[in-house]
Amino acid sequence: MTTLLEFKDVDVHYGPIQALKKVSLDVKEGEIATMIGSNGAGKSTLLMSIFGQPRISSGQIIYRGEDISDKSAHYVASNGLAQSPEGRRIFPGMSVEENLLMGTIPIGMDHCDEDMQRMFELFPRLKERRNQRASTMSGGEQQMLAIARALMSRPKLLLLDEPSLGLAPIIVKQIFQILEDVASTGMTIFLVEQNANHALKLADRGYVMVNGEIRITGTGEELLVNPEVRDAYLGGH
Amino acid sequence: MSQQTKGINIVSALKDTVIAGLLSLIIFGPVVGVLLDGYDFTFQGADVAFIVSIVMAGRFAISIFSQTEFGEAFLYRQATKDDGVVVTAPGYKSRMRFIIPIMIVVGLLVPFIASKYVLTVVILGLIYVLLGLGLNIVVGLAGLLDLGFVGFYAIGAYGLALGYENLGLGFWSMLPLAAIMAAVAGAILGFPVLRMHGDYLAIVTLGFGEIIRLVLTNWTSFTHGPNGISAPLPTLFGLEFKRRSREGTPFHEFFGLPYDSAYKYIFIYLILLLVVLAVLYIKHRLTRMPIGRAWEALREDEIACRSLGLNHVLVKLSAFMLGASTGGLAGVFFATYQGFVNPSSFTFFESALILAIVVLGGMGSTIGVVIAAFVLTVLPEMLREFADYRVLMFGILMVVMMVWKPRGLVRVTRTGFATRKGSAK
Ligand SMILES: Nc1ncnc2c1ncn2[C@@H]1O[C@H](COP(=O)(O)OP(=O)(O)OP(=O)(O)O)[C@@H](O)[C@H]1O
Ligand SMILES: [Mg+2]
Repeated sequence: MTTLLEFKDVDVHYGPIQALKKVSLDVKEGEIATMIGSNGAGKSTLLMSIFGQPRISSGQIIYRGEDISDKSAHYVASNGLAQSPEGRRIFPGMSVEENLLMGTIPIGMDHCDEDMQRMFELFPRLKERRNQRASTMSGGEQQMLAIARALMSRPKLLLLDEPSLGLAPIIVKQIFQILEDVASTGMTIFLVEQNANHALKLADRGYVMVNGEIRITGTGEELLVNPEVRDAYLGGH
Repeated sequence: MSQQTKGINIVSALKDTVIAGLLSLIIFGPVVGVLLDGYDFTFQGADVAFIVSIVMAGRFAISIFSQTEFGEAFLYRQATKDDGVVVTAPGYKSRMRFIIPIMIVVGLLVPFIASKYVLTVVILGLIYVLLGLGLNIVVGLAGLLDLGFVGFYAIGAYGLALGYENLGLGFWSMLPLAAIMAAVAGAILGFPVLRMHGDYLAIVTLGFGEIIRLVLTNWTSFTHGPNGISAPLPTLFGLEFKRRSREGTPFHEFFGLPYDSAYKYIFIYLILLLVVLAVLYIKHRLTRMPIGRAWEALREDEIACRSLGLNHVLVKLSAFMLGASTGGLAGVFFATYQGFVNPSSFTFFESALILAIVVLGGMGSTIGVVIAAFVLTVLPEMLREFADYRVLMFGILMVVMMVWKPRGLVRVTRTGFATRKGSAK
């Protein structure tokens, strides 16, 4: 399997605060990789640094053999990386369709109709609500919309920042089922989560981040039974 | 809750009335009641009583009204008014497709049926339409609160006057040049404020507007300061609209017509109408193009835009520059219409008026802006007798509007997305 995305000794600073410390990880084509960590571990920072916001202070971010750490966000987004940001961040005043339309910004509207149909097949709920204003939708629906919007730019690698945030367990289950469906189409997924149980069950490989450092690495199953992970993230039963 | 028999509670209405009466007494008592007369003052009890009784009667009527079934329904509608756009079905054909051609025909006929006075008022209205459309891009679409928009208006107006005086450039050369100059000014203002939002942005832009006005006032050697400066009229293929022309024949002599100062207004009006129509059309197209979508996306959520890789520098600057150039165009028309400009036309009140047009019209709504621009410029002209109360009426209008239609006169509607290929359903 070829490596799609690789972090090599990446440091990120917010002024005097160091948010990422010598982070190295890789995501291989076709797999689901996950990164778990508690609040403030630096997970969102990691994802946003791929888009150059913030810029990394040292190290390299390599995407398909190219160092993208000093490229513009637009370059990154139009070359096959898409993100569903933390807290969903859908456009509240726009309809579902308009939100999806916005997802095509990085690549243009050439495949818009076709892709929108695909999204409506993947997310029938969104089809029912195609003309509804996004802010009036439930949290789960908004999360679906955020994922669908990211998929509208035809990414090679889908980055997800805490898709289970603030959702009821049953909805979380639905969302993860959808992620599994998306992955089965051959999409590579990098999932950042606090919900370690779900994330590790879904993922092929996982990383555990603590205070800006990668602490543990392993396959999903390995991490699920790892005593340290169980204590810290799985309620230690 | 127990089922209450619906009735009108007179006691609570009276209570409201008394409170309102006392409050108005506190406010109007000193302001209206005490009339200074040298070192002495007289007490105008009757005036105060009159005003207070009006307030009390009004409050009583509102209290009673809000307890009626109809009133309750009205209040409920106000409380639950949702915001955002209305999305119409993809196949929906707007009534605008009949209204627009009619408006254009009426617009073209106006100069030939209206009196000169009416024509000048309509020209002013159209100038404010341009200003409103320009600011609407910045505030309504991109969501950047700009309180110094009058600066670009001034740049356009002074551009024409100074370009004529110093470089001998006429209306037709300055029209595009002023738009470009204003756009450059927009970019210069835009760069430093890229990282700012909301209130901070408002303050910086407010400062910008004031700086422009102060420069125009104080740089007397160049701008002639408060005395102002004259601006040229447009020409028709070199024909001038003056009574006598220094070079060549004036318009009326060329066509063998008697001199009439209305000709120049008709001419200005027709050019202005064409420019407004062109701007309306361009705006209509832009909102359907990626850049228009990007402006709205930026207004909605900036962080989401980043994760979509939107170049927010480009998006914000383009909004500022396009808005500014429209303001510049309006300035050129204002200068040529007045034949004269001075800094007092470009005060903060003017910025506030333009912003009011945008808010009143319904943020982001093009038709709303057109209607609001006419209401706010033509109405004061028609109510000349009440000129003293202009600002007061303006204030009342704003308050009523914000209660009645907080989203502006015209809600933004967008046609739902229609699939071009394949089956939609
Ligand atoms: N814009 C910023 N400026 C300064 N410090 C920041 C900024 N954003 C994040 N940080 C800091 O960087 C660290 C990592 O934050 P980050 O948002 O990446 O955590 P996270 O793992 O995503 O947490 P959560 O699970 O709560 O979302 C935190 O200590 C945070 O305070
Ligand atoms: Mg986070």
